[in-house]
Amino acid sequence: MSVDASLCRVTRDPIDASALLREAVSPADGAALLFWGVVRNENAGRAVAHLEYQAYAEMAEREMARIAEEARERFGTGAVSIVHRVGRLEVGEASVAIVVASPHRAEAYDASRYVIEELKRRVPVWKREGYVDGPTEWVPGFTPAVPEAAG
Amino acid sequence: MTVRSLFFAFYRDLAGADELLVQLPAQATVRDLVRELRGAAAGLAALPETPVVAVNMTYAPLSTPLADGDEVAFIPPVAGG
Repeated sequence: MSVDASLCRVTRDPIDASALLREAVSPADGAALLFWGVVRNENAGRAVAHLEYQAYAEMAEREMARIAEEARERFGTGAVSIVHRVGRLEVGEASVAIVVASPHRAEAYDASRYVIEELKRRVPVWKREGYVDGPTEWVPGFTPAVPEAAG
Repeated sequence: MTVRSLFFAFYRDLAGADELLVQLPAQATVRDLVRELRGAAAGLAALPETPVVAVNMTYAPLSTPLADGDEVAFIPPVAGG
């Protein structure tokens, strides 16, 4: 496996989708799939003005790398890249990008879905919604599963 | 021993700090750290009795034994994506 097999990072900077796609694709790939998660203008019936993301960045990068590796093994894809933004994001900006490169498309779709669902369950990232009509609130999330004690 | 406790999101609001250094007796577990924090600071009394934690960046049960210099992060329900 090449050292470029997965690229996972947390960043304050806007995500460059074309650079991610370019970096992920190798000559063995026949497809690359981009999941582009963006800030929506409403949630649960309230008008959202912006989102403020916070991360336990070092662990988030490790956890994303674990998920990318699981996806590669499970579905036999090529490179899997995951980038998550932190800081203040406006409506329409990308908060997360997932690129899966693969010899064939079916595996890429399955792997991409796996990565976003696992990311939402386990990666230590939080967001606070800023509403058009009021103060900010932390968005309720998923409680990560913790392994039982050994012995 | 001394362990570094990290707080995020809602828990950071409770703690009023990003991190706290906590002194614990030898043989202490994560559960002992939780008990200590819930009793020590006013806001942290609202920390759950059984919070999700990561010890040195890996999710770990409350029975995990701690060592000097460990980093214990308190992880409220996550909401990435």
